[in-house]
Amino acid sequence: MPMYSVYRKEINSFLSSLIAYIVIIVFLMMVGLFMWVIPDTSVLSYNYATLDQLFTLAPLVFLFLIPATTMRSFAEERQTGTIEFLSTKPISELEIVGAKFLANLTLVLFALLPTAIYYYSVYKLGYPEGNLDSGGIMGSYIGLFFLAAVFVAIGIFVSSITNNQIVSFILAAFLCFICYFAFGFLSNLPIFVGSLDYTIQKMGISYHYAALSKGVIDSRSVVYFLTVIFFFIVLTMYSLKQRRG
Amino acid sequence: MSVIVSNLTKTFGDQRVVDDLSFEVKPGEILGFLGPNGAGKSTTMKMITTYLQPTSGTATVCGHDVIKDQMDVRHHIGYLPEHNPLYKDMYIKEYLQFVARIHKVDNAQNRIVELIETTGLQKEQHKLISSISKGYRQRVGLAQALLHDPDVIILDEPTSGLDMNQLIEIRALIKKLGETKTVIFSTHIMQEVQALCDRVIIINEGKLVADDPIDMLQKRLKGEDVIYLELDKKYDASALESINGVNSVTRVSPTEYVIGANNVTDIRPNIFHLATQQNWVILEMRREQKNVEYIFQQLTKKQNADV
Repeated sequence: MPMYSVYRKEINSFLSSLIAYIVIIVFLMMVGLFMWVIPDTSVLSYNYATLDQLFTLAPLVFLFLIPATTMRSFAEERQTGTIEFLSTKPISELEIVGAKFLANLTLVLFALLPTAIYYYSVYKLGYPEGNLDSGGIMGSYIGLFFLAAVFVAIGIFVSSITNNQIVSFILAAFLCFICYFAFGFLSNLPIFVGSLDYTIQKMGISYHYAALSKGVIDSRSVVYFLTVIFFFIVLTMYSLKQRRG
Repeated sequence: MSVIVSNLTKTFGDQRVVDDLSFEVKPGEILGFLGPNGAGKSTTMKMITTYLQPTSGTATVCGHDVIKDQMDVRHHIGYLPEHNPLYKDMYIKEYLQFVARIHKVDNAQNRIVELIETTGLQKEQHKLISSISKGYRQRVGLAQALLHDPDVIILDEPTSGLDMNQLIEIRALIKKLGETKTVIFSTHIMQEVQALCDRVIIINEGKLVADDPIDMLQKRLKGEDVIYLELDKKYDASALESINGVNSVTRVSPTEYVIGANNVTDIRPNIFHLATQQNWVILEMRREQKNVEYIFQQLTKKQNADV
């Protein structure tokens, strides 16, 4: 009940501040443009019935949209002092962090849901109808959802260590970028090639995201995502406990 | 005992903000927590409300330890933090419902209506928190603190920044609360303490300076009048000390004096006569209001003298 209370408050604040609508509209517009309008990337000119464009572009859009939704989570509470109000109410740190995590994740979920229309369209456009890799798409969706959950966890953690929302946004975007891309780049460095490259790749999100998009739910990848999420949630709780001195 | 504070200490770096503080508060008592800015009032309250962890020592609220049983303490406390932080993008009722849900208040709807009435928010109840005035926000903060019917109410400077009318209303509310609950509130306004409290605790630099029932404190302070005197130039003013009733003469600048005197008789006529006798020109003479700073000086002086 206390957790649901905070969850509901967060959702209401997304709605009343229009953040929810802006995030959903910007996400769908960006993805929609690249998928259907811009000739270089459009499915219509690509001639293959896939949703690959969606799944390559969505992580990039999330890279800056999710830090934008999470940046205020704790930074604002610290700035305005409401964190003192919340921390002296009978609600645990886990419940507070969990509520904020779930609220942000709900927002992402609502941005993702309308893309089911894209799936339906491509399904209908296929020749013969339905000629697309539905299993792979399901896996990709699950991967994308996990990826978004990791970004949310990172964003909330960063937000808990600063009371400046802009710092929170920039740091979170940077950290998400590192987790998504940097391990892949790093593994290409000459010193790692042939020795550690594969291990380093496996530490990044993109490797596991790609693994899930094959349509096989590899439990190792699921465990990887859950571990990273858990890690950042625990870090956030630790950072909240820290300020109690 | 509703609140027992024992040897509570808080250090930030090497600064001891609260230093070995101990006191108790009985149920149904209104305790005024007095001190200059930076005395450690807020920090003490933050420790009692579990926001900050004590460096050493502890406190219990209704028998629950603030370190071990945080959740129980939070259930028993209604807390209005300093500067009254609120979620400004929420509506008043929405905010109170949110708090009610956190506290799992039964029959929340009725309770909210009841509190809107006691805090006098009826006219504003459908507004956004960001759109109401500071006085009304303070009431929302109070309503929030009272929602779950706590046994102990802790208010950190509940009247700061309010105008005269708002001040009177909020004080009346606190007075009414004190009839049934334990109330601890901090302030740096002496009159407020005199108007509201059963008992006063004064702290300075984190240490307990006085812990007295209010009438005792008044007696302690009544003993002395303070007179400020300014002459046109430097004289040998030692004759001031010979006036009957003068306890102390402090020269604050070559031409200015602060005279402590007992208040059995008004000594200002005597000062005037002395001045005419000695051909001094008085530029200014006034009886000082006893402000908190002065009381502090007196009390801390006394304490140092005792040691």
